[in-house]
Amino acid sequence: MVSPILPLTLDGVELRRAGRRILGPITLTLGGEGISIVLGPNGSGKTSLLRCMHGLERLSRGSLGWNRADDQVRARQAFVFQTPVLMRRSVIDNIAYPLRLDGVPAGRARRRAADLAETIGLAVTLDAPVQVLSGGERQKMALARALIRAPEVLFLDEPCASLDLASTAEIETILARARDAGTRIVMSTHNIGQARRLADDILFLDHGRLIEKGPGPAFFVGPLTPQARAHINGDLLP
Amino acid sequence: MNDLFDGLGQALRLLVTLDADLIEITGLSLRVSLGATVVASAIGLPLGAWIAVNRFRLRRTVIALLNALMGLPPVVVGLVVYVILSRSGPLGVLGLLFTPSAMVIAQVIIVTPIIASIAHQTIRDLWADYHDLLISLHATRRQRIVTLVWDARRGLLTAGLAGFGRAIGEVGAIMVVGGNIEHATRALTTAIALETGKGDFAMALALGFVLIALAIAVNLALHMLSGTERSSRW
Amino acid sequence: MTPKSILTTLAALWLASAAAAEELKMAVTTSFANSGLAEILLPVIERDTGITVQLLVVGTGQALKLGEAGDVDAVLVHARAAEDAFVAAGHATHRREIMYNDFIVVGPSDDAAGAGAATTAAASFAAIAGAGAGAAFVSRGDDSGTHKAELAIWQAAGITPGGDWYKSVGQGMGAALNTAAGMNAYILADRASWLNFANKGDLALIFEGDAALFNQYAYLPVNPAHHPHVKAEAAQALEAWLTSDTAKALIEGYRIAGQQLFTFNAVAN
Repeated sequence: MVSPILPLTLDGVELRRAGRRILGPITLTLGGEGISIVLGPNGSGKTSLLRCMHGLERLSRGSLGWNRADDQVRARQAFVFQTPVLMRRSVIDNIAYPLRLDGVPAGRARRRAADLAETIGLAVTLDAPVQVLSGGERQKMALARALIRAPEVLFLDEPCASLDLASTAEIETILARARDAGTRIVMSTHNIGQARRLADDILFLDHGRLIEKGPGPAFFVGPLTPQARAHINGDLLP
Repeated sequence: MNDLFDGLGQALRLLVTLDADLIEITGLSLRVSLGATVVASAIGLPLGAWIAVNRFRLRRTVIALLNALMGLPPVVVGLVVYVILSRSGPLGVLGLLFTPSAMVIAQVIIVTPIIASIAHQTIRDLWADYHDLLISLHATRRQRIVTLVWDARRGLLTAGLAGFGRAIGEVGAIMVVGGNIEHATRALTTAIALETGKGDFAMALALGFVLIALAIAVNLALHMLSGTERSSRW
Repeated sequence: MTPKSILTTLAALWLASAAAAEELKMAVTTSFANSGLAEILLPVIERDTGITVQLLVVGTGQALKLGEAGDVDAVLVHARAAEDAFVAAGHATHRREIMYNDFIVVGPSDDAAGAGAATTAAASFAAIAGAGAGAAFVSRGDDSGTHKAELAIWQAAGITPGGDWYKSVGQGMGAALNTAAGMNAYILADRASWLNFANKGDLALIFEGDAALFNQYAYLPVNPAHHPHVKAEAAQALEAWLTSDTAKALIEGYRIAGQQLFTFNAVAN
């Protein structure tokens, strides 16, 4: 058994754009298991936090460290973007792409992609160009592409933001199953109901700062900060 | 006007009778221009992709230079290649002057900036789409370029065809370095220049029509081979 | 495509062009190429000597430059002074006269300047210049043999040409004739180019026959001492053929519109 890449430690992480601070300073340790839900109003820094954790942003200040310091750290994380990136390939080749990067032969990569598509219930013509998929199907494809390397940590940035209820339910089922299989999930959402259903713990952001962190049930019963309370209740903050 | 109709008639006659000289010069035009396009693509496509994907200090300068080089005057390119390949020049020992190889070399210089520049724009747009995904998936530099070139292949075909179009219609450079030698380095464009010089406008126009038909035929053939029109959504 | 395969492609193209039988590159003037005589001579040369002569059709200035650089094996031009200088500089081993044709003055068929009534070429030119705006003259202006012959005649007439009526086009014989036809202007042309020219328009032959208009062609083999790669033996074989009786018969028998163009005058060694 290889040693895990978790826990992830953020120490005074800050992100600035054009001189404006958009995130941080944030200090936290992400370990354990289950699903962490990142909550907060628009512009509170949810996406930036996920991108920083995944290494897509160059930190302006602070540091970020995983349990390991080798190539495995990158290979054992995956990221699902709010708008799925559609590669100009067939559905199956989109899903198989990460395996192809790992040098898996095309035939084997495709078979595994097809198996995974079936497992998560992506019932479409796999040889069709990915552009013909519906919104829900596109996000499932992106999820399959993220899961195919069996990542230890999976980041999702509002994956259900533009999906209908049925598609959202399907995505949530896939995520719950991935969690049960041992994948550590960090996901942002603005859907309070979804957060309630999935959260093992909550990271609540406001104006780029982490102002509340704790187990999901407790957070929803009695949030400590007025900002979090207002957010859960759907109040319009000034 | 009469010259135009004479030219059309003569073009048809040459084509119908499969005129031996016409086939020879058309073959050379194709060989030289396709050869130059293939070599220029081998240089220009990866170069364009590389510039699109990498951030380096002189990037903007290189892009500006590339765009400027798209307008290189062929005669000047021809002269420079001529001087270099001349027996008295630095590469004279190769004995390449006044051979089809010299024509290919000159056209590669003319065509590469065009292909690289269009490839750069195509790949840059795709890179904007793919950037986060490829970084997230931890693709190596090489894998990124291979992925981008493959997925942008239809746009890159257009780059190649633009290069071919410039090469097949080019006369200034191949006239100088090829010498327009009958049965050796006479191509369609240099033959047109020659017939114009002789005042035989009908023949010059006939060759011109053949040239245009050839350019159209090559474009159609490549588009059909690549199936661009069928899967036009990409 | 890898850099290696590019090199292979280049090498294949190079070999393809180098693998033919014995080839000899000869720089000739546009006026010679436009005469059509080459198409009669080259197949017979190939049959008799096994040499494929590749013609580079350029102006006299460039032809001599090609010989000087060693880019051709021999030169066939018509500009006496430049040829002598070429030999003196050691670029060619020697100069061998082959044949001559003649220049003619071509101009608008109504000959408003009266150039056709003159008795010498110089007087004919003087008439054109004297007509001022009434007549235009197109000059090759490209340092070719024909251009040099034209300048010599102006000099003989004591005129320095210039002004709106004198159009220097800097192009080959065919292009210059096209320009003259388009402007209905006078021009000095070699007879062969004129007879072969298809786009005569309203132009006609105005003046001919003065000895000053004779145009001597000479053969210059490039000096192998300067350029060891030149095909000296083939160049020698070609010279022998060009000065042979076979060549004489073909050259003097060549006619356009019933007119003999070239007079063979090579002297046997």
